Amino acid sequence: MHIFTNIKSASKSFFTEIGELSFFTVRFFKDVLKRPLELKELGRQCYNMGNRSLFLVCITGFIIGLVITLQTRPTLMEFGAASWMPSMVSISIVREIGPIIIALVCAGRIGSSIGAELGSMRVTEQIDAMEVSGTNPFKYLVVTRVLAVTLMLPLLVIIGDAIALYGSFLIENSKGNVSFTLYFNQVFNALEFADIIPATIKTFFFGLAIGIVGCYKGYYCKKGTAGVGKAANSAVVVASLLLFVIDFIAVFVTDIFFDL
Amino acid sequence: MMDKKHITERDIVLEIKDLQKSFGDNHVINGFNLKLYQGENLVIMGKSGSGKSVMIKCLVGLMELDSGSISVMDKDITNLDQRALDILRADIGFLFQGSALYDSMTVRENLEFPLRRHSDRFDETNTEAMVMEALESVGLIHAIDLMPSELSGGMQKRVALARTLILKPKIMLYDEPTSGLDPITSKEIIMLMQEIQKKYGTSSLIITHDVDCARVISDRMILLIDGTNYAEGSFADLSKREDPKIKAFFKNK
Repeated sequence: MHIFTNIKSASKSFFTEIGELSFFTVRFFKDVLKRPLELKELGRQCYNMGNRSLFLVCITGFIIGLVITLQTRPTLMEFGAASWMPSMVSISIVREIGPIIIALVCAGRIGSSIGAELGSMRVTEQIDAMEVSGTNPFKYLVVTRVLAVTLMLPLLVIIGDAIALYGSFLIENSKGNVSFTLYFNQVFNALEFADIIPATIKTFFFGLAIGIVGCYKGYYCKKGTAGVGKAANSAVVVASLLLFVIDFIAVFVTDIFFDL
Repeated sequence: MMDKKHITERDIVLEIKDLQKSFGDNHVINGFNLKLYQGENLVIMGKSGSGKSVMIKCLVGLMELDSGSISVMDKDITNLDQRALDILRADIGFLFQGSALYDSMTVRENLEFPLRRHSDRFDETNTEAMVMEALESVGLIHAIDLMPSELSGGMQKRVALARTLILKPKIMLYDEPTSGLDPITSKEIIMLMQEIQKKYGTSSLIITHDVDCARVISDRMILLIDGTNYAEGSFADLSKREDPKIKAFFKNK
């Protein structure tokens, strides 16, 4: 009986959260074109998020490139297909591994930071102070941050992909003596419109999900300083789960339109 | 302090009628009534959890009321659209219990923030002069480029007061202005509140459980018990009453 009560209560809070998150998303789209546009704050957030995540994204991308190449090379060599290495690595990085891993890194880096910052502003009444001074805190704090992540994540993914490919080239160059021109010629020959465009479009949705979840958790943070930690933590967990769901939907839709 | 002989109904700047607010089964405010007159310092005292902060948040539209009405300068805030409410809010200064300074901004940016939000009411070329004037009135010009984290609790309160004053409000709401401060700093804040009242001629609603603060600053007091007006009168009048619930407030006087 106790188990059923727990399941009922967990299901209720799950669906309540889904409903609230949906309303929050609708409110974002309603407020996004409202004046004032808060362009200065949007620019500041874009700079902060892009600049502060760049180093982490570069390191992650570089290691992805190294690891994939090192792991795959022996298998391809076994089948005498080592020359396929640039094509295989570029397709897997651009289509899937680059976007999802860099989005997960950004969910940890940016999502937690938004959750903690807004959570802290909520519990110290800074959001209330903003509202009392005649500012729409949702527009100033939430809309700018969500837009900033949505715009910055695709850029970070493109940079991360490029660095991953460069990392892969370094391994190929050291082990197989392949030149930079030859390697990247093969990379660009292998990549098609159907690889780049859907992968880039889905990163906008990844950014939107990270921003919405981070802001939602922080904006409605409760229970003092403990709540701030919980907001930051759950922003990362929920956003990461959501990224996989969006990724599955994106791949499914891409398969329908581009026949992968 | 105001001359009560000249008070008329026309001088009411803020009125609450039969305010009710509940959270689930918890009835926090049960039919609270209040009138604040022009130039008056009205103190509301109540125990922790008696609904003081909920009431003051309902006053500025941060919380929705269940029933009742709140009228600020003849405008019923429950019927205002967001734009009208934002304009009205510029006439209401709110000093939060924890100061609520924007911690990612310097003191200067904290003060400039409300001015930029209401640029239609103020000449933007005067921003610097207005910031300096507000900081001067709280004696903190030297802290203009500091971050809130670099300020003491008392200094944060004074900067928050300056940020509130910069819009030249007609009504000031103070939520526990002396909480968390040592007795000397508390006294400084109380004196500052009196100076502001004299200088700007504001009407003030002060929520506190600091008896010293109430004694020094109040023209009139309301004791809030169980979410309703339990007693009302001057400090001298209330502090002499024999009712044990009222006496409990003044026993540490």
